[in-house]
Amino acid sequence: MLSMVRHRTTVIWLLLVVATSGSWMLGSENRGQFSAGTGTALMLVAFIKVRLVGLHFMELRSAPLALRTLFEVYVVVVCTVVIVMYLAS
Amino acid sequence: MSVEANVPCRYEAGATVPRVPGEPGVWVLILGDMVVFAVLFATYLFHRGQEPGAFASAQRALSPGVGVVMTLLLLTASWLVVIGVRAARNDNTSAAPRAFLAAATLGAAFAGLKVVDYHERFVHGETPSTNDFFLYYFILTGIHLFHLVMGVGALGVLARLSAKRPVPANHFAFVEGAACYWHMVDVLWIVLFPLLYFLR
Repeated sequence: MLSMVRHRTTVIWLLLVVATSGSWMLGSENRGQFSAGTGTALMLVAFIKVRLVGLHFMELRSAPLALRTLFEVYVVVVCTVVIVMYLAS
Repeated sequence: MSVEANVPCRYEAGATVPRVPGEPGVWVLILGDMVVFAVLFATYLFHRGQEPGAFASAQRALSPGVGVVMTLLLLTASWLVVIGVRAARNDNTSAAPRAFLAAATLGAAFAGLKVVDYHERFVHGETPSTNDFFLYYFILTGIHLFHLVMGVGALGVLARLSAKRPVPANHFAFVEGAACYWHMVDVLWIVLFPLLYFLR
């Protein structure tokens, strides 16, 4: 089992955990005076996490270009729409 | 059977020839679900834009700490599923079912926390009819919970399939497809968490 853990994907999991903890601190520290910059940063981190899960856990980094492109376009478009709609409100 | 780390094996990601993980059809389901959720994210933000003050005020009832724990449960479950798929590829009939079962257990813990959270909301009089924030909170997290329960069931099937004997070659697309479905459940929560718990 230990040999299974010694793998690149474990580093990705650690990065995801660190990013989640960082988002929690960022979001909680600014709960009283939440700025648009904080909200934008939180959503950017979330979509970076989505991309990490897609490329490394779903193995899309070794998928055919068409499938990987669909995923990458989804991440960029949805991230942009979410942040633009958030900032516009 | 012992397995060396980073040793290429059958169906291994990073192979020189690009390949679709799982059945191509499962990607229609996964990408379709992701698009549906993208529309839900936009719908939530549109209605939030109509009454940002009311949304921010209602949002304060949620506990971000619990949301973080739920996120960590799903991230760890996804990592265990990756380990399970790797083990199954290496015909490791001991590590694979254990990893899938552990992931399913974490998924069930997420569902348990969500049920406790719903109970808390109802006890405090925060129901879908209270205001638009809670309406969307219950719709978004409820649809996600439905997907998660399906995913936990799929992980149970993977645990059973990978135990006792190596996964037959003609079943491997199912293993990868179910694993990718589980990762999609993780992906959707990764966006839902800051959207519902933090954005104001």
